[in-house]
Amino acid sequence: MNKDIILSVEDIDVYYGDFLAIHNVSMNVKAGTITSIIGANGAGKTTLLDTIMGLNKPRKGKIVFEGEDITGMRTSAIVRKGLSMAPEGSMVFEGMSVKENLLMGAYAPKSRKMRSELMEKVFLLFPVLKEKENQLATFLSGGQRQMLAIARTIMSNPKLIICDEISLGLAPVIINDIYDKVKEINETGITFLIIDQEVQRSIEHSDYSYVMVSGSIVLQGVASELPEDEVKDAFFGINKYA
Amino acid sequence: MQLLIQSIITGILLGGLYAAIGVGMSIIFGIMGLTNIAHGNLMILSAFFVLIFTTAMGVNLISSILIAIVLMVIIGFLFQKFLVNAVIDKGDTPALLVTFGLSIIIQNILEIIFGADARSIRSNFATVNVVDTEYFSISGAYLTNFIVAILVIAALTLIFNKTDIGRAIRATSDNTKAAELMGVHTKFIFAVAMAIAMVTACIAGFLVGNTFVFYPYSGTQYLIIAFGVVVIGGMGSIVGTLLGGMILGLAQLLGAYFFGTGNQILSGYIFMLIILTIKPDGLLSNKKRA
Ligand SMILES: Nc1ncnc2c1ncn2[C@@H]1O[C@H](COP(=O)(O)OP(=O)(O)O)[C@@H](O)[C@H]1O
Ligand SMILES: [Mg+2]
Repeated sequence: MNKDIILSVEDIDVYYGDFLAIHNVSMNVKAGTITSIIGANGAGKTTLLDTIMGLNKPRKGKIVFEGEDITGMRTSAIVRKGLSMAPEGSMVFEGMSVKENLLMGAYAPKSRKMRSELMEKVFLLFPVLKEKENQLATFLSGGQRQMLAIARTIMSNPKLIICDEISLGLAPVIINDIYDKVKEINETGITFLIIDQEVQRSIEHSDYSYVMVSGSIVLQGVASELPEDEVKDAFFGINKYA
Repeated sequence: MQLLIQSIITGILLGGLYAAIGVGMSIIFGIMGLTNIAHGNLMILSAFFVLIFTTAMGVNLISSILIAIVLMVIIGFLFQKFLVNAVIDKGDTPALLVTFGLSIIIQNILEIIFGADARSIRSNFATVNVVDTEYFSISGAYLTNFIVAILVIAALTLIFNKTDIGRAIRATSDNTKAAELMGVHTKFIFAVAMAIAMVTACIAGFLVGNTFVFYPYSGTQYLIIAFGVVVIGGMGSIVGTLLGGMILGLAQLLGAYFFGTGNQILSGYIFMLIILTIKPDGLLSNKKRA
């Protein structure tokens, strides 16, 4: 087992009923990196992430986090191991204040004990959340919601943060802002696994990328070395892979 | 004039009882999106428990209520864990049918054991007038109902807003997937919520039994009241339940005052329909349409 690899997905199949959503997917995430998954709508990215987080159960294959098999574990147990996800659409708790959202991030017993120091860390990173501490999350802007979603993952004191559709629906300035924060957090030693609709941006901001087409990984490599036209072909489903 | 004052006061006090009746149903709906058809029957089951303990077994009233609460919590937890949780992911209808089944079972078992006779818990203080002025009077039962209802609502508000488990319940209600991602075991939270709803159902059951007579099949009548309260106040809002209860109670008593006692129940529901027309989600709904 390579100690560099913090997360490995080995040959998983995930179904929704009879529908095979992802097939034979394998991937490795190196500790300390920002790794990205690129793929068109419906490629199976969210399915893969949800499966890593234990929200879906793979019918076949294995998911290993820090050398430990976490396949089929309950999400609450997986969170306790040090994985945390900001889901697609941020999914902040609308009817709760920003502060309460953050407290929910530190719900697991281990992080609950250190939640005041985690909260300080988060407020330092995202001063705007400190300002809006007592406001209901429902009144936040899109960018602020995404920041809250990421901040909420930090509250669980994770080793790996997963962000699904990190930039969806946000203005370019805000997206840059968010990537700056990701970089800053990454530099404190937290690994990232990120999904972004924008191929170019995704590659630009990550160390290593996987390309998914209709439920399978078709291409991977050091982000800066990926052949751009092949990624685009894959993305638009120009199908030499099918 | 006296009668009007009396109607208003009785309406408000009765509204407290109605809030206690509705709050458990509101919680379950708010958190699981589940309409618990058995809510009224579970209340009446609790009233029978208290009745058995106090009359047949000679246990004092407070202890009887406490034992009944423990029993109801256990029943609620098991009901949730083994029946509702098993079907809740399969859409609304199966879970609804499970609660419907439970309501029929409770009603039939009570009828087999106790027959169709009217029962009452009627503690000593229930029937005396604790306030008695020239303009109005207040019976012990109505005053108890009101005070207990306020205490229940206050306690729930405190639990939901100030404790970790309470926040987890609200988070689960707000967005189940996100709550799961925070490490909340949401199925467990469902069971905790059901247990809390059972505590309130048990208290409401006692209050009803302490105020009125009840039968094995009285559950339906209180289910309808719970519906009214929750619909007026807004599904899932605890404070809304208190408001909904009072509005329903007042609408009934004032309806009786202005249109004759025969129209008491009817006026309550006509008022409910009016509110629904103006605010379809209820006055203080915290549910956003997904
Ligand atoms: N809950 C679900 N039930 C059934 N099919 C689903 C469900 N979620 C996603 N799918 C299907 O699985 C495929 C992959 O979806 P998804 O993982 O959301 O893709 P992506 O995140 O890459 O856009 C799509 O064809 C989608 O329609
Ligand atoms: Mg997706």
